[in-house]
Amino acid sequence: MNRRDMAEIQFREALRAAMVEEMERDEDVFLMGEEVAEYNGAYKVSEGMLDQFGPKRVIDTPISENGFSGLGIGAAMMGLRPIVEFMTWNFTFVAFDQIVSNAAKMRYMSGGQLKVPIVFRGGNGAAGQLAATHNNSTEAFYTNVPGLKVIAPSNPDDAKGLLKAAIRDDDPVLFMESELMFGMKGEVSDDEDYILPIGKARVAREGDDVTFVAHSKSYWLAMEAAEELAKQGYEATVIDPRTLRPFDTETVLESVKKTNRLVIIDECSPYGGIASEVAFRIQQQAFDHLDAPIARVTAKDTPAPYAKNLIEAWMPTVDEAIAAAKKVMYVD
Amino acid sequence: MANETKKAPRKRAAKGKSTPPDTTSDAKKPNGQLPTEPPKGTPDDADFRFYTKGGHTHESLGLSEDDLVGMYRSMMLQRRFEERAAQMYGRQKISGFLHLYIGQEAVSTGTVQALQPADPIITAYRDHGLGLARGMTANECMAELFGKIDGSSRGKGGSMHFFDVEHHFYGGHGIVGGQIPVAVGLGFAAKYKETGNVAVGFFGDGAINQGAFHEAANLASLYDIPVLLCCENNAYGMGTSVERSTAQPELYKKAYAYDMTGAVVNGMDVFEVYYAMSELAKQAREQNRPALVDIRTYRYRGHSMSDPQKYRTKEEMESKKNEDPIIRLKSYIVDQGFSDNEALDGIDEEVKQVVLESVEFAENSPFPPVETMYEDVYVQDDYPFIV
Ligand SMILES: Cc1ncc(C[n+]2csc(CCOP(=O)(O)OP(=O)(O)O)c2C)c(N)n1
Repeated sequence: MNRRDMAEIQFREALRAAMVEEMERDEDVFLMGEEVAEYNGAYKVSEGMLDQFGPKRVIDTPISENGFSGLGIGAAMMGLRPIVEFMTWNFTFVAFDQIVSNAAKMRYMSGGQLKVPIVFRGGNGAAGQLAATHNNSTEAFYTNVPGLKVIAPSNPDDAKGLLKAAIRDDDPVLFMESELMFGMKGEVSDDEDYILPIGKARVAREGDDVTFVAHSKSYWLAMEAAEELAKQGYEATVIDPRTLRPFDTETVLESVKKTNRLVIIDECSPYGGIASEVAFRIQQQAFDHLDAPIARVTAKDTPAPYAKNLIEAWMPTVDEAIAAAKKVMYVD
Repeated sequence: MANETKKAPRKRAAKGKSTPPDTTSDAKKPNGQLPTEPPKGTPDDADFRFYTKGGHTHESLGLSEDDLVGMYRSMMLQRRFEERAAQMYGRQKISGFLHLYIGQEAVSTGTVQALQPADPIITAYRDHGLGLARGMTANECMAELFGKIDGSSRGKGGSMHFFDVEHHFYGGHGIVGGQIPVAVGLGFAAKYKETGNVAVGFFGDGAINQGAFHEAANLASLYDIPVLLCCENNAYGMGTSVERSTAQPELYKKAYAYDMTGAVVNGMDVFEVYYAMSELAKQAREQNRPALVDIRTYRYRGHSMSDPQKYRTKEEMESKKNEDPIIRLKSYIVDQGFSDNEALDGIDEEVKQVVLESVEFAENSPFPPVETMYEDVYVQDDYPFIV
C-alpha cells in the first residue's frame, strides 16, 4: 500500500471511524453500552457520536450487561444491526448467557430461520495492576463457542478494516480490543470504504528461523522479541492471526513448513487457551515439518495478581518469548 | 429514546379500569382468588389492574361467533397435540425434555387473538401451545419433536426450541429467564423501526427471580419500550411453589418497582386474557410503555415428563380442573346457542385427526442428513469448521 495514502490515528479513533462510517451508511446500525453516549465512552472510543447521531442511535445503558446484551440480540433478530460496547470484556461474564446461549445458538436452534447480526466489542486482556477480576483475556472462552466469530486486531489499520467488516457480517461477532492499546497510534488506510476480510492472517515479518504467532497486544511483544533475535542473528516470521475464530491455519502452516519451529504467544491462561488450539492444529497438520516441540508463552496458570512484581511475572514477556524461540531452535 | 428527556413523566393510563369484583381482595395465594382492587397501602401512583374471571361477554369484547369457534379450535388443537406428544414420548419416539402446556391454553389463545399478526412473541421452553396458536402446523411441530428434517427447526431445536419467524414467533428458549431481555429487544426494534408493533415476552413464575427479568424490566421502562412482560404464573417452577421461591408472591406488584403498569389476569378464562392483552397492548402501542402481566394459570401435567409431582395434592389438581379453560369456552358457546356439543366435539375429532396425521408425517419424514449438522451455524456458508 502507498504510505502517502495513510493517516496516522489512534486505535480508538480507528474504531470510532469504523462505527461512524457504518452508521452513516446504514440506519439500522446503532451503538449501545455503559457511558457510550453522554460520557463519550469510558475509553472515549465513541467520543462525539451522540452529537452526530442523537440518542436514538447512541444509547447509554445502565450497568446491566445481561439485560442490554440480550436487548441487542432481540433487536438483531428483528433486523437491526446493534453494536454493543462492553466497558471491558471482564464484565461479559454476567452477560455470558446471552452471548453463548442466545447470540451464538439462535440461528442453529431455529434451523436457519433467524440471523443475529450483532457486534459485541470492548477492551480485553490484562491492563496492569488491576488484580484478578479486571485482568482477563476472554478470547479462549468465546472461541470455544460455535456460532460466534472472534476478532482481536493489533493495530489501528486492522481495527478499522475489521470492525467495518464485523458490523456488516450477518453473524454475531465478538470484537476484542486490547485495553492498553486504545491510545496506540498507527497508519490507517484512507480508502473510501476500507474493509478487511474476517479470517485472514497478516504476515508482519518474514524470517526463516522460527515462526511467532501472536494476536492483539502480544503481537507487539512478538515483534520486539523478533527484533532482539535479529540482533543475535536469528530471523523470525511474525504472524498476526487477527481473527481467532475462524482461524487462518493455512498461513501459519505455510510459515512452519519453512521455519520448522513455532512459538505461540497469547495472554490467555494456558489451559485450553488460544495457544493450545493453534499448537494442536499445527502438530496435527505439519508434524513432519516440526524440528522441535511447539512452545507457548502465555499468562501464568493463576488468577492475575495485584503486586507490581507479580503481575509483571504473570504476563507473558519479551524475554520469555526469546527464550522459547531459542529453545525450539536448540540454541543456548 | 434514553436520555432524550432525562426524567420524562411516565404517561400513566387512567387507573381503576377493571372488571367488576367477584371476590374480596384477600390475595395471599397467587392462584387463589384474584385481587380486585389494590391492597391496602398501595401508593397512589401505582397502576395496578385486575382482570378477574367472568366479567365479559363476547359482545362486550367485540368477538364474533367465528372468533369463538376459532379460539376453541386452537385450544383443542394445542391440547390434543400435547396429549399425543406425551404418548409418543412414552413410546420413545420423542426424546429430551418435553414440557407440556396442558391447562394453560387460554393464555396462548387469548393472547394471539388480542395481538396483531406482526407483533413479535417470544417464550420459554413450554412453547408448543404458543407456537401452534401462532400458526405453526402440527406437522412441522410433531416432526420437530421427532427430530426429523421436516421439523420447524430441521430437527435442531426439539421441544424447547420451536421457532416460526414467518408468524413472528421468536421461540422457544431453554435457559430460564434468558429470553426476557431478548423480548425487550424485540420491542426496542419495533420502536426503532416505528412498526407500531408490541412485543410480548412470556416467562414462568420461576423465571421472575432471575436477574435477567429485573434488568429487562428496568431497561423496558427506562427506554419506553412497547413490550408486555408476561409471567405465565402456573404457581410452580418445577417443584417449588411461588410462595417458596419469591419474597413477594404477588408478582404484579413488582411492576411498581419499575414504574410500569402491573396487571393480574385470570388465565383460565380466555375472554379475560383476551381483554387484558388487548387493553395492555393498546396502551403499549399508543404510549410506548411496557407492562408486567401476571397471568394466573395452572398446568395439569408435571413440570416435564419426568416429574412425579409429589409437591402438590390431588385435591389441588382436581379443584383446578374445574376451571378448565376449554370446558369453560365450550359451555359458553353452547349456552349462547352458537353451536352445540356435537358440532364442537366434531371440531375435537377433526383436530385429533390433524394430530394423528402429524404423527404419520413425523414418522415418514427422514432424519436430518448428517451433513446438515454443519448448516445453520453461521449465515456465512463457507465457514471452516474443524472436522
Ligand atoms: C438458568 C436455568 N436454571 C435452571 C434451569 C432448569 N429448569 C428448567 S425449567 C425450570 C423451572 C422454571 O419454572 P417457571 O419459570 O415457573 O416456568 P414453568 O416451568 O412453570 O412454565 C428449571 C429450574 C434452566 N433451564 N435454566
